[in-house]
Amino acid sequence: MDLRNSDTAAGDTEPPLSDTVRDALKIVVVGGFGAGKTTMVGSVSEIRPLSTEETMTQAGVGIDDISRVEHKRTTTVAFDFGRISLDERRVLYLFGAPGQERFWFLWDRLFSGTLGAIVLVDTRRLEDSFYCLDRLEAHSTPFVVAVNRFPGPRPPLDRVRDALSLPEDVPIVDCDARRRESAKSVLITLVRYLTRLAEAGAPGPMAAAERSTP
Amino acid sequence: MNRRRLAEENPDRLYTVTGGRAQADDDGLDLVALIVAEDEPVPGMQSEHAAILRLCRDHPMAVVELASRLRMPVGVVKILLLDLRDTGRVTVRHPSSATAPARRADQETLKQVLLGLEKL
Repeated sequence: MDLRNSDTAAGDTEPPLSDTVRDALKIVVVGGFGAGKTTMVGSVSEIRPLSTEETMTQAGVGIDDISRVEHKRTTTVAFDFGRISLDERRVLYLFGAPGQERFWFLWDRLFSGTLGAIVLVDTRRLEDSFYCLDRLEAHSTPFVVAVNRFPGPRPPLDRVRDALSLPEDVPIVDCDARRRESAKSVLITLVRYLTRLAEAGAPGPMAAAERSTP
Repeated sequence: MNRRRLAEENPDRLYTVTGGRAQADDDGLDLVALIVAEDEPVPGMQSEHAAILRLCRDHPMAVVELASRLRMPVGVVKILLLDLRDTGRVTVRHPSSATAPARRADQETLKQVLLGLEKL
């Protein structure tokens, strides 16, 4: 294999993980196409965001609805990721994952044990988020919603909350995915929310009201 | 970001890399399991095995990062990693969540994550 032209050479200049790191944690950023997932991952990651792919054959399908993929032999999804070294023992991997339907067939294989998720929303295409919210609820993955502020009208957060039928306890915040401080603040919002859930002994987020898919 | 899509990769080559083996349903390797090389590459070793050993020689590297840097699908890299693990050439630091993936992270872990994020 020719590695000379691969990312390996560039990777040598990036901070490698400390040898003392024992535990890796996961947080996933999901959202519609163009919502800013890769941008958000990149703005807090200590390495340049990397991408990779995973494939799944039909035989690997477990509990999800197989009827939608019966004409395909394999499903391939691409995703981006970055990392944040938290302390000498822990590293956090941040994944930017597409919210499209086929992606969710791979959720359990890729993201079991995920701490929680950030749903990145573009208010110009709110309906792109509906499917993500439904699937996260179905997987009992706790999440917060971050509204990426693009140029144009900015509907207030309580209106976005209503439009998404978000349960009262699920945090929703504004963010600018390009800014490190903003992305960091969203991550902190998620972890504080997870802490509240853990303190309350909650099994997961409450089911949202029925959400109509356009 | 890596712009060359894996979809353009030659499937025959990936088939050869794994000796035609398919991905196991439950391979026991998490996406963020950290891999540590315990051995140097040796002459005659399959080049992909040698490349993995070089990448995680001095520092641990997560499965997903190995896959990205080797430009191979995660499932293919997992098969190669199991070869290396079974022959003692790499060790695996499993994430704490792997022991009980259905369980929520404990409060102590969340507290440490929060402290780490606040320091950024």
